[in-house]
Amino acid sequence: MSDPVLKVKDFTVEFWVDGVWYPAARNMNFELEAGKVLAIVGESGSGKSTTALGLMSLLASNAKMSGSIEVKGKEMLGAAAKTLQKYRGREVAYIFQEPMTALNPVYTIGFQIVETLRNHFEMGPKEAHERAVELIRMVDIPDPEKSINKYPHQLSGGQRQRAMIAQALACDPGLLIADEPTTALDVTVQAEILDLMRGLKDKLKSAILLITHDMGVVADMADEILVMKDGLTVEHGSADQIFNRPQHPYTQELLGAVPKLGSSTKRVLEILDKQPVLKLENVTIEYPKRGRIPAFVAVKNFNLEIYRGEIVGLVGESGSGKTTVGRAAIGLLPIKEGKIEVVGKDISHATNKELFAIRRHTGIVFQDPASSLNPRLPIGESIGEPIFLAGLAKGAELAHKVEDLLDQVELPRSYRNRYPHELSGGQRQRVGIARALALTPDLLIADEPTSALDVSVQARFLDLLQELQGKLNFACLFISHDLAVVDILAHRIAVMQNGELVEVGDRDQILQNASNAYTRRLISAVPVPDPAEQRIRREARLAAKN
Amino acid sequence: MKFSLRNKSKGAEILQQGDILNKETEGLSQSQIVIQRFFRHKAAMIALAVLLIIIIFVFSVFDMQFLFFHYHGWWKYTISDMPDLAFKECPNNTVGCPTLNLRPHFLGGSGLRFGDHPFGQDDVGHDYFALVIRGAQRSLLVTVIIGLVGGTIGTVIGAISGFYRGWIDAVLMRFTDFIITIPTIIIGAVIGAHFGNLGVSFLALYLGLFAWTGLSRLVRGEFLTLREREFVDAARVAGATNRRIIFKHILPNAVGVIIVSVTLLMSGAILLETALSYLGFGVVAPDVSLGLLISRYQDAFSTRPWLFWYPGFFIVTIALCINFVGDGLRDAFDPRQRRKISRKERNVTLKLRARND
Repeated sequence: MSDPVLKVKDFTVEFWVDGVWYPAARNMNFELEAGKVLAIVGESGSGKSTTALGLMSLLASNAKMSGSIEVKGKEMLGAAAKTLQKYRGREVAYIFQEPMTALNPVYTIGFQIVETLRNHFEMGPKEAHERAVELIRMVDIPDPEKSINKYPHQLSGGQRQRAMIAQALACDPGLLIADEPTTALDVTVQAEILDLMRGLKDKLKSAILLITHDMGVVADMADEILVMKDGLTVEHGSADQIFNRPQHPYTQELLGAVPKLGSSTKRVLEILDKQPVLKLENVTIEYPKRGRIPAFVAVKNFNLEIYRGEIVGLVGESGSGKTTVGRAAIGLLPIKEGKIEVVGKDISHATNKELFAIRRHTGIVFQDPASSLNPRLPIGESIGEPIFLAGLAKGAELAHKVEDLLDQVELPRSYRNRYPHELSGGQRQRVGIARALALTPDLLIADEPTSALDVSVQARFLDLLQELQGKLNFACLFISHDLAVVDILAHRIAVMQNGELVEVGDRDQILQNASNAYTRRLISAVPVPDPAEQRIRREARLAAKN
Repeated sequence: MKFSLRNKSKGAEILQQGDILNKETEGLSQSQIVIQRFFRHKAAMIALAVLLIIIIFVFSVFDMQFLFFHYHGWWKYTISDMPDLAFKECPNNTVGCPTLNLRPHFLGGSGLRFGDHPFGQDDVGHDYFALVIRGAQRSLLVTVIIGLVGGTIGTVIGAISGFYRGWIDAVLMRFTDFIITIPTIIIGAVIGAHFGNLGVSFLALYLGLFAWTGLSRLVRGEFLTLREREFVDAARVAGATNRRIIFKHILPNAVGVIIVSVTLLMSGAILLETALSYLGFGVVAPDVSLGLLISRYQDAFSTRPWLFWYPGFFIVTIALCINFVGDGLRDAFDPRQRRKISRKERNVTLKLRARND
């Protein structure tokens, strides 16, 4: 057994907030050997990112760290700034979650890689440039000689993450800390990045500390897993142990909450009302040209019908136009060609007045609950606004209706005077549903409502949505990038790629034997929270690629 | 809810609920909550009280005619009276020194005394108290008018161009650029030369018509970012009209920026008036303003410093109070602002925490 690259003992991080020390991570103990992957999993606020940043001594000035961090036998906690500067990037490299913000937009990726190299090695510019090209080739960015002179905004999301990995690997670090490296990426790109990281780890023999909330990613990568909750280590064991024989109830709960593709039972819906609630016919949506930027066709020839009581999942990767479809369906975006009908009324070229009438029949739940609620309005007012504007109720009657809605989404009535920032993400999204359902709409558009939520919160949210849908029987267009979530909810699934509808069909038909190659690729790229099954899927995917 | 520290159970509530200041059951409208929060802001409340006292004091001094209501002021002199110069008690052979004394006997002074000329007299014998109070009245008037006129125009123009964008924005912003290129002091000079005889409120009104540019730029920027937020779409889906979206949803979110820059505009207005008066374009004699007083007696600084103390005191106090009130308003409008826990409350939470551990 070789010496561990990283040895963490009794590591504790505390933050000084308003005169009180708040522990963010307590008594962390773990070791990591070369060539191994340790995954720290946990929900938001569990302290996993704090731990990772603490290892690099990159925490804010109100943090206090204690314990011991040894990197290759050298104590790093409390080391001088100069020592730390030397070891950052050289011994330990960091891959951030969002490559767009972690890369400096005014420098080329080549410049940034060369900078890292020349900070740590005595190296001429030419030599460093050659090494940078080599690194870019290693992370499979096409045409390395040209790509080296590109700016971050000229690369795609996946390529940017690759560039960041290249920068992290520049000095051959013994330890790579990856903080949610694929969270901002699409599933197919995520699968490629994970493949790349796995390959490089084997080739370079470095250890990886993977921070993530995604159990699928963990199953795909990790040898060892450490589960965190509220700053405490809940469970620590091998991947096999954690996934197959979880001991701690929290781990079990966490694994239980993860939506698993193909796990829910068959669902059949008999359509009684033959009149569709939402009907899109040959819809084309174009973002008009602005200045020198040419017009962009976001959606082409789109056809879809949704009936009463039905949930249709609309899936696709980022930029596929799914959100655009959702917004157009409730008249937030004008369409260029085609026809949109909501409850039998044509809204393709409706005036504001006509739209106002339609809005009584529609509701929308937005992606980001933090941005979709007015921070200056108490949530009671946000929920009551549609009712008030429709002229249905006022004063005490309105207050009563707001209370009913809060009851429906299982929030305490006293919350109506709270502001959005006083609520947690899951609670805010419940407020979003309550507002969308305020007018008991016939059509609900849910635009990635769970993508900002933790899995356990997501599970509760999906239960609630399903329950409400069963009770109120509205038609729902559920937009998501997460096939597993759509699998839980939807009766039918529509798949979009580059603004076009690729395939639409019953849930089971799409998930089990999709006819379209893109759909199949999308499904195979979804990581499954089961190491053994994920290995089989991975090999199948790689075999299909070669 | 009210924090009471007498019993421990209330302390436990502090621990759990932190800064929540809502009555739990009753629905409160946004304005009620804002007012509640403003009243909790100590510095702002003190500043508001001082400002109100100054305003009431300043406007109670002289006679006033308001429609059919005639008010008798309590001060014997007006700005045009010229009593004899007093020189008996003055140090260093000066004349017209202040008779106001705030130092009581037991501190070695000559007792609280207002006297004949509390702020002294100027070189020809005008009562300086009357002059300063009159000047403070003018300054307050200028401040309020410029703040109201400039604030309203700036907010409306900024809001409209930020919200509607497109050609409306282009036209309004080019117009703003045009106004910005003309130095305010020149505008003031031209206005002063043409309308100076119409009185100080007209001067302030015209200055307000040109003082909104910076504010409108800021408001426009704020609107441009806010209109892209999803809650605006959510309001639109709920059936809100453009007017409702602007005033109910976006404006309250931009109010912090607006209030801070309006208060800066207002305290800047005092200085603008001072500068104009100094140049001779602002308030015209026989009327006075604080700026005019300072510039008129600039030669006397070393011999008769009280000629600066009193107008200076009013300028600084008024400007400071306005800034503090603005601060308090901004905090009140921002629900994310947390009330700081006082030391007493913190000790309770710490003790409880120690016990729980």
